[in-house]
Amino acid sequence: MRWHPYALHVLIVVMNPENIVEIDDLHYSRGNRPIFTGLNLHIRRGEVTAIMGPSGTGKTTLLRLITGQLIPDRGRVRVDGQWLGELRRAGLYKLRRDIGMLFQNGALLTDLNVFENVAFPLREHYELPERLIRHIVLTKLHAVGLRGAAYMEPTELSGGMARRVALARAMATDPKILIYDEPFVGLDPISMGVIVRLVRRMNDALSISSIVVSHDVQEISSVADRSYLISEGKVAASGSPDELSNAPSELVRQFMHGMADGPVPFHFPAPDYASQLFSDASKKGRKNDA
Amino acid sequence: MRDLFDALGGFLRTFGALQLFFMRLLAESPRVLMRPGLVSRQVFNTGALSLVLIMVCGFFVGAVIGLQAYSNLARFGAEDQVGPFSALSLMKELGPVITALLFAGRAGTALASEIGLMRATDQLSAMEMMAVDPVIRVAVPRFLGGVISMPLLTAIFTCIGMLGAYVVGVPLMGLDGGAFWSELQQGVGKVDVYEGIIKGVVFGIAASLIAVWEGYNAVPTAEGVGRATTRTVVITAVVILIFDFMITAIAISQG
Repeated sequence: MRWHPYALHVLIVVMNPENIVEIDDLHYSRGNRPIFTGLNLHIRRGEVTAIMGPSGTGKTTLLRLITGQLIPDRGRVRVDGQWLGELRRAGLYKLRRDIGMLFQNGALLTDLNVFENVAFPLREHYELPERLIRHIVLTKLHAVGLRGAAYMEPTELSGGMARRVALARAMATDPKILIYDEPFVGLDPISMGVIVRLVRRMNDALSISSIVVSHDVQEISSVADRSYLISEGKVAASGSPDELSNAPSELVRQFMHGMADGPVPFHFPAPDYASQLFSDASKKGRKNDA
Repeated sequence: MRDLFDALGGFLRTFGALQLFFMRLLAESPRVLMRPGLVSRQVFNTGALSLVLIMVCGFFVGAVIGLQAYSNLARFGAEDQVGPFSALSLMKELGPVITALLFAGRAGTALASEIGLMRATDQLSAMEMMAVDPVIRVAVPRFLGGVISMPLLTAIFTCIGMLGAYVVGVPLMGLDGGAFWSELQQGVGKVDVYEGIIKGVVFGIAASLIAVWEGYNAVPTAEGVGRATTRTVVITAVVILIFDFMITAIAISQG
């Protein structure tokens, strides 16, 4: 009997209902600036979870905390059943073998071509025959539609292609979690559509859990099972994309509908406009305006 | 006064972190040496690609030394000492020091900017996320590449320099070729050669460590990478001259 990939995916989720990522009471500051002040967030296994929020709310920082690249000031992060704070370097690296991450700019290794970039984690972690590595790499590149670009250099790729290669590389070791950091930024509509479809397709076909950080509301809402909106260091709202779209909160409505002004003001805090324009301070230089 | 203490504290913190980084590079070196492909590529990048620069500079430095030696020694009728004078100058001082300074300018800046750009474009973070330690995969091979290639470049610089001194002394100034080489052979001992080799190795470790450290800890911006590159050259030059004095003083005190 052959299982349909989606049926297999549902079965795995039903049999293993545990959250793949759990964040409890997370506090993190950069210098004197608090980024997270008691963030609680649970990401379900097998789902595509969107993490959204205005620019500067710490979405990428959150990903780095989930992957153990940053250490929280307070609070706990559990990934696939393991508390990150209890892991030493070897344990953390072992856990990361089950996590694939797509960076905003692709982060392809510039001294390696496309094929070698995708083969990189395989060569580093497993002693596989060259023929098997070739099969795996070409399979992964085929999945993202770039088998024909296998021997191109990273500098020859467009932004969308680079991100697809990075996705193929992230999938190379068949991870349990795929993390996407702003995957849609700076892409043309066709490339964006391709990446959006790949996010959903990879999640279902490989029975993995996906975490997508983005502020492209329309795109991410079309593929996410659940969304979290982060603001002022905490989760401001969570739920399905539909629930967030119809949420009564002013902040959520402003973000989901792209309104220029609202709880997140259009103007950065500044002194009164008229008094600043006509004051003598303007003659003395910008320092006195503050 | 408080600024002074802050600066001193910052320096000590950085110096301590640099020592820990150095210990880590040394500790991971045996594992990286088991993958000779990684190291040989860096020996090529830092060594082979610096070869033309080293040879050209070595020839002209040797030629200038030969010229100076001839014009000054001739006043005392000691022209036949041009060979040993040039050889000792090149072997013990100018060879290691100028090679290290050229190495810092050519290979050191390339290392620092390459690693710094890898940091700025998230390539190092991507490695960490693929459970690949960037210290082992990026920093150690480049450090070892520099450590291996610097003494070799020093030796080549010195040999080419002697050739430059010979060209000035013998065909141009009319010294006897046989006397040039025989005086050189008599005037230079094993200890002088060892001093040059020790300086080449120590300068290689220092220059490579500084380049890799600056690149690895570069602020991940265009300005940060540029600053790391500049700091690599400046700090390496100062450290090399300080180490040169220390090794020379030790060598002289040992007789």
